[in-house]
Amino acid sequence: MSSKVLLNSKEIEIILHRLACQLIENHNDFSNTVLIGLQPRGIYLANRLKDLLTNEYHIKDLKLGLLDITFYRDDFRRRDAPLDANSTEIDFLIEDKNVVLIDDVLFSGRSIRAGLSAINDFGRPNLVELLVLIDRRFSRHLPIQPNYKGRQVDAINQEKVKVCWKETHNKDVVYIEDNI
Amino acid sequence: MKQLSVDHLLGIKYLTKNDIDLIFDTADHFKEVINRPIKKVPSLRDITIANLFFENSTRTKLSFELAEKRLSADVINFSASQSSVKKGETLIDTVNNILSMKVDIVVMRHPNVGAGVFLSKHVDAKIINAGDGTHEHPTQALLDSYSIRERLGSVKGKKIVIVGDVLHSRVALSNIFALQLQGAEVKVCGPTTLIPKYISSLGVGVETNLKKALEWCDVANVLRVQHERMDVKYFPSTREYTQLFGINQQILDSLDKKVIIMHPGPINRGVEITSDVADSSNSIILNQVENGVAVRMAVIYLLAQQIKR
Repeated sequence: MSSKVLLNSKEIEIILHRLACQLIENHNDFSNTVLIGLQPRGIYLANRLKDLLTNEYHIKDLKLGLLDITFYRDDFRRRDAPLDANSTEIDFLIEDKNVVLIDDVLFSGRSIRAGLSAINDFGRPNLVELLVLIDRRFSRHLPIQPNYKGRQVDAINQEKVKVCWKETHNKDVVYIEDNI
Repeated sequence: MKQLSVDHLLGIKYLTKNDIDLIFDTADHFKEVINRPIKKVPSLRDITIANLFFENSTRTKLSFELAEKRLSADVINFSASQSSVKKGETLIDTVNNILSMKVDIVVMRHPNVGAGVFLSKHVDAKIINAGDGTHEHPTQALLDSYSIRERLGSVKGKKIVIVGDVLHSRVALSNIFALQLQGAEVKVCGPTTLIPKYISSLGVGVETNLKKALEWCDVANVLRVQHERMDVKYFPSTREYTQLFGINQQILDSLDKKVIIMHPGPINRGVEITSDVADSSNSIILNQVENGVAVRMAVIYLLAQQIKR
């Protein structure tokens, strides 16, 4: 198995700032916008963006929720391994809010589909946008596209994109791994 | 990635400590779900569940039905009082007829001990025992332990006394198995006629003095006197039972600590427990009911996960 670095920590840093600025461009002071990180891996990106927007760009009272989509997945009973649930922490109402869904890698689009169903159980959002760090284009099973993306890659199906964060792997780096 | 070690939920005695932990961890997630604005998830939308109640039930049946519906399963209900059982149909025939309508999971309450085990050997569906005679009532014991864990942080090392009609109670037996598996100490308290002879072989202490039992315990799980299962008189009068084993505020005030009060319902107010105790802040009776839905959702979800497409 071989792996190469797709993004190093400096590049990730620059991308995070760009994504934060793009969000501000569309959502101003975030008074009617909430961020929702998808469990399990989208929460690190979501937390980073929240910290950046709060500390560097002085956005006040930014709301961040964590959403688990396990019970909404379309592959329940279709996989060999059972699914492990994570916690959902959304302590605000989503009714009429602009929602930015955040995940690390957009691949088939099925997690996002599940996320969209799950979001509706917290109210009817005014608008839902999608932000991802890595967009694996040409791999989609559903008509889902990101509004904000860090980097687009043309990985083939056997390849795997691995996102490491300081919080989990001691450094920020994105690898593309060849499983053949 | 974890899954249950059993194919059916027939009784607590077939479960491991890991199974109970997994059920509780899953129930935590469902408890969050049932407190959302929309209290429903689509996980089991292609699963059909039959609730077969060959014996009366109000809250268990409602709780199971609600749990099933909150997981988006299709639900069919069956009560023996309105069925062909009265016309002489056997249990296997009844169930096989229902299964031929493509049912995946059967939740069954039955007056005969071991009915669930029997059924699991003869029909091709997941069986959940919702009470078999005086034997086991596993989901009740799970929700009781879950409620203790929620209130006290953990079950391990806690002292629990089960007060009342232990002889006729499936709740008592399942609770004893569940609590011991999680490392709690269990005693029973009640008239000697209502304490089964074998109880000491389960490692359970017997206390016939209610005050002493309450002084010892952290949690008192109070059981109803099951008059409908009594063929002979087990104690002279209800009044005498209440005087000796009824829990009232006076006896709780005489203790130098707080005891958590539980009751699986239905309550006979003024017999085994007075209204002021049942409605006090020490009572977690209504928490038990809420947790019952979350715990049953977890059990159904985890068993459904094993059903192959």
